[in-house]
Amino acid sequence: MMEAATNTGGDWLRLIVGLIVVLIFSQLNALFLVWLERKVAGHIQLRYGPMEVGPHGLLQTIVDGIKLVGKELITPFKADKKLFVIAPVLVFMPVLIPFLVLPFGPELIIRDMNVGLLLIFAFSTFSVLAILVGGWASNNKYALLGAMRSVAQNVAYEIPLLLSVMSVVLMVHSFKFSELVMAQHRVWFVFLQPVAAIIYFICATAETNRAPFDIPEAESELVAGFHTEYSGMRFGLFFLAEYTNMFIVSAVATSLFMGGWHGPFGWSLGIPGVIWFLAKTYFLLFVLMWFRWTFPRVRFDQLMNFSWKVLIPLSMLNLLVTALVVKFV
Amino acid sequence: MNSFLTSGLIHAAFWVVVGLTFGGAVLAVFPRKIVYNVLGLIVCLSGVAGLFLYLGSFFLALMQLLIYVGAICVAIVFAIMLSPPLHLEVPKRRMGKVVLSAGASGVFFVAIAAVIWKTVWHPAAERGADWSIVTIGHLLLTRYDLVFELISLVLLVAIIGAILTTGFSRRLSS
Repeated sequence: MMEAATNTGGDWLRLIVGLIVVLIFSQLNALFLVWLERKVAGHIQLRYGPMEVGPHGLLQTIVDGIKLVGKELITPFKADKKLFVIAPVLVFMPVLIPFLVLPFGPELIIRDMNVGLLLIFAFSTFSVLAILVGGWASNNKYALLGAMRSVAQNVAYEIPLLLSVMSVVLMVHSFKFSELVMAQHRVWFVFLQPVAAIIYFICATAETNRAPFDIPEAESELVAGFHTEYSGMRFGLFFLAEYTNMFIVSAVATSLFMGGWHGPFGWSLGIPGVIWFLAKTYFLLFVLMWFRWTFPRVRFDQLMNFSWKVLIPLSMLNLLVTALVVKFV
Repeated sequence: MNSFLTSGLIHAAFWVVVGLTFGGAVLAVFPRKIVYNVLGLIVCLSGVAGLFLYLGSFFLALMQLLIYVGAICVAIVFAIMLSPPLHLEVPKRRMGKVVLSAGASGVFFVAIAAVIWKTVWHPAAERGADWSIVTIGHLLLTRYDLVFELISLVLLVAIIGAILTTGFSRRLSS
């Protein structure tokens, strides 16, 4: 009995500590990514980016964050007040859940569930709903248009995303992150499943509403899309959720296709697994930013055609071939 | 996995989930704003996912979220976005329609309740523990293969129906 009680206490403690660590990490990650994004944008456009606050502008986003917290929260007169307030909370809540199952290292998974991969995709749809609620409740035509585009885009790109992930799952016979990573001990899946990896990365860019797929918030036509009416920290929460989502899709890509905590071809070079994992994840994040400042925004019909006519048939074909190879070879 | 949840806590969680399901269902029916209705539906279906979780199948709970909340509700919301804007007056509910739909759902409820009442339930010797994906897959393709095939038939009918409707409406509008 006594043992059970202490065990219960230990589990609660682990849960609470895990939650606090995840909360702090997601904030720091977003602060760093915003700074990195501005730096990458600057250097791609042959300028320096933020330089004034701190060494190379490193403290710029902290100052910006403090400014955001201090700003007035404006609720539009004709908005649906309840939903308008709830939407930013709704968008941020589901992005914390995937951290439960992300494999940062061999011993660094909060809970190694046997349906871990599904957990991430099940909760990723909630942020679309939150964007919809926010866009609709603002009672603003640009916000509503942005929200509608966001749904159409997410519905279209979720299908090839799941299909491409499925082909990896078929090879490993597991949804468990630790097993998915262990299977890549020698060869990363990006070499065995290059088509799935490319499809996954394109769809992940679209799912996080990043350029060239950022039509839900296309500045040149929709002011700011679904968050046009949001100010202060409510806007900040949308932003935080977007950058945390970027981290999550990159982390999933790392563990599904880039070997997770393993070094290339089984050489770990004495570097701990966490460092490998974070290095690869941040490299993918850099690629996401590189995309944004390199490709022009696609038009809406191009976006839809690309998903329904190219990505979905291709990912189905890839899944079929994978299934045949797994079965007969 | 549930080592830190005592049985009292699990019991409390069960009633919370039931409350969510029921409250969501009420929200889905009564408010006059259609967006509230669909949000109620989402709460209700998430509650059902909680029930699956209570019964021990994490996989089914996640599939419930992925399919019902992620796909079906998003599709419904998408259709609703095309409805008239919210500052317009909502048309009044007609008494006849309310009575008719209440009657129809009443009959459905009575039928389901009667079936549950009449069935002789054999309590399982022990609470099922193995609800892994492998077990579910085996059961779907062996014991319940008729149900499985029926579901795919329903989906096929739905797809053909969708193609026909869009085809007809396109021909009518051009």
